[in-house]
Amino acid sequence: MGWFKRLKEGIQTATRNKKEAPEGLWYQCKQCKATCTRRELRENFHKCPSCNYHVRIGSRDYFELLFDTQPEELFGELRSKDILGFVDLKPYADRLAETMRKTELTDAITVAKGKVNKRPLVVAAMDFNFIGGSMGSVMGERISRAVDHCLEHRIPLLIISKSGGARMMESAFSLMQMAKTSAKLTLMAKAGIPYFSLMTDPTTGGVTASFAMLGDLNFAEPNALIGFAGPRVIKETIKRELPEGFQTAESLLENGFLDFIVDRKDLKERISDLLTLFDSAGNGAVAQPIEQESEEAG
Amino acid sequence: MVFLDFEKPLEMLHDQLERLRQVGEEGDLDMTEQIKELENRIRSKRKEIYANLNGWQKVQLSRHPERPYTLFYINQMCKKFVELHGDRCIKDDKAIVGGLASLDGQTVVILGHQKGVNTKMRQYRNFGMANPEGYRKALRLMKLAERFGFPVITLIDTPGAYPGVEAEERGQAEAIARNLFEMAQLRVPIVSVIIGEGASGGAIGIGLGDRVYMLEYTWYSVISPESCSSILWHSWDYKEQAAEALRLTSDHMQHFGLIDGVIKEPIGGAHTAPEEMARLLKRQIKKALAELADMTPEARIEARIRKYEQMGTYEVVEPEEPKTRKRR
Ligand SMILES: [Zn+2]
Repeated sequence: MGWFKRLKEGIQTATRNKKEAPEGLWYQCKQCKATCTRRELRENFHKCPSCNYHVRIGSRDYFELLFDTQPEELFGELRSKDILGFVDLKPYADRLAETMRKTELTDAITVAKGKVNKRPLVVAAMDFNFIGGSMGSVMGERISRAVDHCLEHRIPLLIISKSGGARMMESAFSLMQMAKTSAKLTLMAKAGIPYFSLMTDPTTGGVTASFAMLGDLNFAEPNALIGFAGPRVIKETIKRELPEGFQTAESLLENGFLDFIVDRKDLKERISDLLTLFDSAGNGAVAQPIEQESEEAG
Repeated sequence: MVFLDFEKPLEMLHDQLERLRQVGEEGDLDMTEQIKELENRIRSKRKEIYANLNGWQKVQLSRHPERPYTLFYINQMCKKFVELHGDRCIKDDKAIVGGLASLDGQTVVILGHQKGVNTKMRQYRNFGMANPEGYRKALRLMKLAERFGFPVITLIDTPGAYPGVEAEERGQAEAIARNLFEMAQLRVPIVSVIIGEGASGGAIGIGLGDRVYMLEYTWYSVISPESCSSILWHSWDYKEQAAEALRLTSDHMQHFGLIDGVIKEPIGGAHTAPEEMARLLKRQIKKALAELADMTPEARIEARIRKYEQMGTYEVVEPEEPKTRKRR
């Protein structure tokens, strides 16, 4: 019923994110257990109407929330390659094929270019249902190319993180994506083009310890879990209970690691405001037309 | 002497050798011939074992309790080492050490993870697991090097960044990320060497360099074989399989082009001939620094970023997105 209704409304995300927002007419809140209809949930920016819990959503949902019209997807032609021939309980190649089929996504990150209140923006958003939002070579390459694209066209970049961290099945290749993405982002800084990092629930591991913490502005959704080590690992290490509110966006804000927390209903306006604010520098930091002469190596 | 499980045959031969020596001394007999023969057998047995090490065995070697650590190498390779402490912010991390030193007359900033040499020191060094202040101390020293034009040498040997409450509260992820960002643009040469364990973000947090080498019996991976086993196999018992699957040893890393070279270890591992190991390490570092000295800072930074940009393995397929859309 739910999917059918949304299909009629032309929402593209219906089946793409079924794992994160299971099908059905009713939604029961994970946090306060209150129920509402799926439609109410969606109309409330995928937040619980009773307690404001921000339900985990996918890349397409964020594109829909942010962009004025259907964005253009970039670098969708890149696919993971199992160069290690990695096999655990099942072969990585099978895991990939199955995940791609189930999610209708091609990787844990999707890059799209569009307009936010008429201003151009490149958004790279992650999907937790694609192998835990894990970072492998494709994620690194898509971010690397997104940076090149932003440099060439002088468009700001927003990365929306949602990840368990590294993709183990790509071992050191995965690890090197931390260095690769961080190194590429220095080029944005040098060119004076803003890079915004939005951390959503959860953002951990190598993603946090690289590009997610490197925004000119770092911000998060309310109550998002953000950290380097996962809470379970920390608990096992220190052998005691974790303090209340540990690793939440609110505690990171308090400890000085976030610029602000943004409610999902205000996200578009906030991003739009930032684009306007950064534009007034008049240095072409944002929203400038394509510069013809720039055929530099990028 | 500490023998690893796969060195059992060696341990037996060593025991025989000991007994032979004792018998010789007690009975006042000339055992020279027999001792010599046994020593030869030990040598060839060691060669045989070390020619066929698997991934997990190399991981064990990288953690050998007698393995040389950062301070040993610094003192062997350099003169006038002045250790510099603290991140100027919160405290001095004991799991990362560093300072100024003279490498055959060239002043360098040299730093690395430091593990303890005995039970008490292992605690003191937090088993080589740094907190954010360790990464921030490392960055402070690298910026010092940049200010005065000193090359940076980093030695990596960590089971991971410390997963603790305070580490998280003080921004472990931010500290590592900041180092990656700053190291990518550092104007002086950076040479990094994995001398033991290269576990994940904790390792790469001081490991982004113009040249990155691994000692032969070390590993570099996004996760330890034990943790990988626990997560993907749901059990701690598959560490050997995980070590193979992760392709984490120096030979694989070189094959994949993720490092710039492997520094051979003495047969039996670095701990069997530490001075020799330090000599080989120093030779490679000096060679790399000589190559890098000829480049301008701009060219070095450009090459460094392009090197990391190339790291990744993926396929490019024909876009089939429109088809998917139509189906709905
Ligand atoms: Zn609720």
